[in-house]
Amino acid sequence: MLDKALALGMTEAEYNRVTDTLKREPTATELAMISVEWSEHCGYPRSKNLLRLLPKDGHYASIAGADTGGIEVEPNLTVVFKMESHNHPSQVEPRQGAATGIGGIIRDIFTVGARPIANLDSLRFGLLDDPEHGAKARYLFSGVVDGISFYGNAMGIPTVAGEVAFNPSYRGNCLVGAMSVGVVASDAVASSAARGVGNPVMYFGNATGRDGIGGCSILASHEMSDLAARPTVQVGDPFSEKCLLEATLEALRTGAMVSMKDMGAAGLTCTTCEQAADGINSYGESVGMDINLDLVPLREADMEAFEIMMSESQERMLGVVHAGREQEIIDIFEKWGTNARVVGHVTDDGQITVRRNGEVVAELGALFLADAPRYDLPQEEPVYLSDKRKFDFNRVPLPSDYGTTLLQLLQTPNIASKEWVYSQYDHMVGTNTVVRPGEGDAAVLRLKESPSGKGLAVKADCNSRYVYLNPERGSQIAIAECARNLICVGAEPAGVTDCLCFGNPEKPDRFWTFARSIDGIASACRHFRVPVVSGNVSLYNESPESAIHPSPLIGMIGVLEHVDHAVGMGFRDSGDLIVLIGDTKDELGGSEYLFALHGLEEGDAPALDLDRELNVHRLTLAAIRRQLIKSAHDCSDGGLGIALAESSIAGEIGASIELAPEIEATPNIRLDSVLFGESQSRIVVSVARENWPTLQAMARKIGVPVALLGSVGGDRFTLADNRAGILRPLANLPVEEMTDAYRGAIGRIMSK
Amino acid sequence: MHFAILVFPGTNCERDTLHVVQNVLGETGALVWHEAIDLSPFDAVIVPGGFAHGDYLRTGAVARFSPVMDSVAEFAANGKPVLGICNGFQILCEAGLLPGALRRNYTSHFICRDSYLRVESNRNPFLQLTNVGDILKMPVRHGEGCYTVDDDTLASMERNNQVVLRYVNRRGVLDDASNPNGSVSNIAGICNERGNVFGLMPHPEAASEAILGSADGLRIFAGMTRELDPTRARTADLNPTMVL
Repeated sequence: MLDKALALGMTEAEYNRVTDTLKREPTATELAMISVEWSEHCGYPRSKNLLRLLPKDGHYASIAGADTGGIEVEPNLTVVFKMESHNHPSQVEPRQGAATGIGGIIRDIFTVGARPIANLDSLRFGLLDDPEHGAKARYLFSGVVDGISFYGNAMGIPTVAGEVAFNPSYRGNCLVGAMSVGVVASDAVASSAARGVGNPVMYFGNATGRDGIGGCSILASHEMSDLAARPTVQVGDPFSEKCLLEATLEALRTGAMVSMKDMGAAGLTCTTCEQAADGINSYGESVGMDINLDLVPLREADMEAFEIMMSESQERMLGVVHAGREQEIIDIFEKWGTNARVVGHVTDDGQITVRRNGEVVAELGALFLADAPRYDLPQEEPVYLSDKRKFDFNRVPLPSDYGTTLLQLLQTPNIASKEWVYSQYDHMVGTNTVVRPGEGDAAVLRLKESPSGKGLAVKADCNSRYVYLNPERGSQIAIAECARNLICVGAEPAGVTDCLCFGNPEKPDRFWTFARSIDGIASACRHFRVPVVSGNVSLYNESPESAIHPSPLIGMIGVLEHVDHAVGMGFRDSGDLIVLIGDTKDELGGSEYLFALHGLEEGDAPALDLDRELNVHRLTLAAIRRQLIKSAHDCSDGGLGIALAESSIAGEIGASIELAPEIEATPNIRLDSVLFGESQSRIVVSVARENWPTLQAMARKIGVPVALLGSVGGDRFTLADNRAGILRPLANLPVEEMTDAYRGAIGRIMSK
Repeated sequence: MHFAILVFPGTNCERDTLHVVQNVLGETGALVWHEAIDLSPFDAVIVPGGFAHGDYLRTGAVARFSPVMDSVAEFAANGKPVLGICNGFQILCEAGLLPGALRRNYTSHFICRDSYLRVESNRNPFLQLTNVGDILKMPVRHGEGCYTVDDDTLASMERNNQVVLRYVNRRGVLDDASNPNGSVSNIAGICNERGNVFGLMPHPEAASEAILGSADGLRIFAGMTRELDPTRARTADLNPTMVL
């Protein structure tokens, strides 16, 4: 049996723990159940001790459930949201891997009774134009986008925001973080805790097949090796999921359901033991379940018990129904053309008892199964970090022509418009999308359910290169930048979901990075008073080809007091003034400019002062709420130069910029740092001329530097350096030329 | 006026459409399950967008067999207004209530973006509140919106004022770049000979409120609530080949 345990991905110590507790050898079915439930993907044995450090409270009331968490945005209106990765399946089979990632995260939302209103995606691939590996990266990228489009569009849930980044470190291990957001009346949030001895346990949705067996343990909890893992990838059917969604929401509205849980990773094993364990923890009763696998709808009649318990077939749920109301629930699911079947009942012995062909094939304590062992793994600072910090930036030559450099940067896939991606996603279904992809720093949705007309802003973000160069500060920046994006559309950051994608935790340098990253997320969230309400951990993101840049993918939601006050990133009216909020330091470390033009990932992540960052947020949000600001766009990849160009492109209007000494934190910064360095806590805004003095007064009061950059107008983008008091022209480009470069870049690469 | 908004398993724009009918237009409406057969309480039928029955087969090919579709055919035969949006348009074509068919976009990608539509004929209830030549802004969101019809049928449709909306650029010029899916003759919307069945690929329900970027779509729903005024001055029909 020990051999079998090892083959299922367990350790010898874990096997011994099982035999010590059971006082016997486990059955094959029990071993299968334990191996999936204790995998890193389900039980978080290696990360749970660290995850406790993340703050759970903030400005808004939060709920943190088993499947997902949420924020109450106003009385009796809760927004639930969560991000989860589907990295290894997508690397093996990009279309289905991504599609089922979307399917899984959507189920997490409607399981609690919420109607999903938006999806987001954080994606990472190798370099698209790499001569040797580009074809593979393009195959993965187009497959993943197609899978998201295929599944999300059919579900009728708009995909409204996200991010895509390309780096050689993702060559052998792409990242697909899928996030979903839903709304529910706070008093209608469904429970995931089973209770009530004798209550029927019901199975809903698709029949169980042999797909996805061991997906979470064998595929997700080990390094990527080869394509032999293909059978562990599930296959998605959005039509089934759409019907399951409608039936589930209808069933939950009847009040006949005690609890509900979706079958994602570890399928029936997870939904039985975790619902029972939730019942035990919530009610202090010894809740168990007795399940008869002969009653489970199967695609192949001869499936063995361990296969049924491990299967990750998609579009399935398991719930507990009040005894006597089964038929009511069955009628609803039958109307939607999907299965609803009683497969067992709630017991009072705290055990998960599984039967097949009249025999008991497994009998395990629900708590024993659901509470995976926890490990504190050794940590060690990676050796590369000190080398990176020693880099001498004097070695980097200044650009000879700033206009050319600007156009080059606008076309690098990391900066270029992601229109090729989001035009394949239905980002408008639901008729709530007020600020669409490409129009602002975050998407803005109206909340039809909000009586006071509030809006919801959503964004996913993470600059993984910063985390690579400085795990703790880079992770703080991921939170800060995501929050800044929400601020730029006029929203107050309210809550976070994190999807922590790292390398093999058994390597001490990887685990050190993971621990520092959690420290960074925790401190930044506490500073901004935003709780982490949900999340997911994905470790072992390595392949023989590469270890990924550590990537704590961050999803964040924010609340707009009035959705009508939403602000976009595009300049609007001729004659408006362009203003920089914040100031610029001499730092090129970790910049896209350094990477795209010089092939370097060197130095340290940009500096971050959390107090300054918060003050920049306060000023910008206050000015937007007073309707002083017409456009706002944060400086991120490509720095100030790119932020200005993007505001011009989005607004389809020119700008003339003169760099003044006031924009610098210290005098005489090298010019490429000023234009393309990625100093944090900076926002480019445009204001009507008459409002500039008010903005200045507000900035003085809050203690944030603001500097005039130029004005909006015409159809050309002109840039000049006036820091030394002598005007030096740097660039003069037609907006149309910048637009073509920016909007068409990814499409041109993909049609190669 | 009481609107029936049909719901097939896989339909996903029914609540968006109901929102416009009730909260923007101020009329009443009800979601009608695809197995219903009695449409007598209703004054108008809308077949909304989505992926009816999953659309794994040709789009709309399964939905046309739903019980409600016989009632829709009878409803249309009685001269009452029937509007098909996106998947609804596909279903009405499959059901034979509108000529032609929708094929996969020429790019083979799903496309989601704003489109500009030129009104080619307003001699039907749906577009009676617009003028010929007006430019309406509405999003397209589909993978199979390439309208196809044989030449003879197209010629007769042109003669009968059945080609009612064409994709153009924002200045109203008909060109290839404005055609998001490869539709023949840039066709975005058509009606039947009698003018009481109308199908279009763009989404008027997503363009009926200023906060969403356009309220042009509301003119279509509002048109449905009025009797067609036969005395309304006819604007000269544009010949698209001359505008090029």
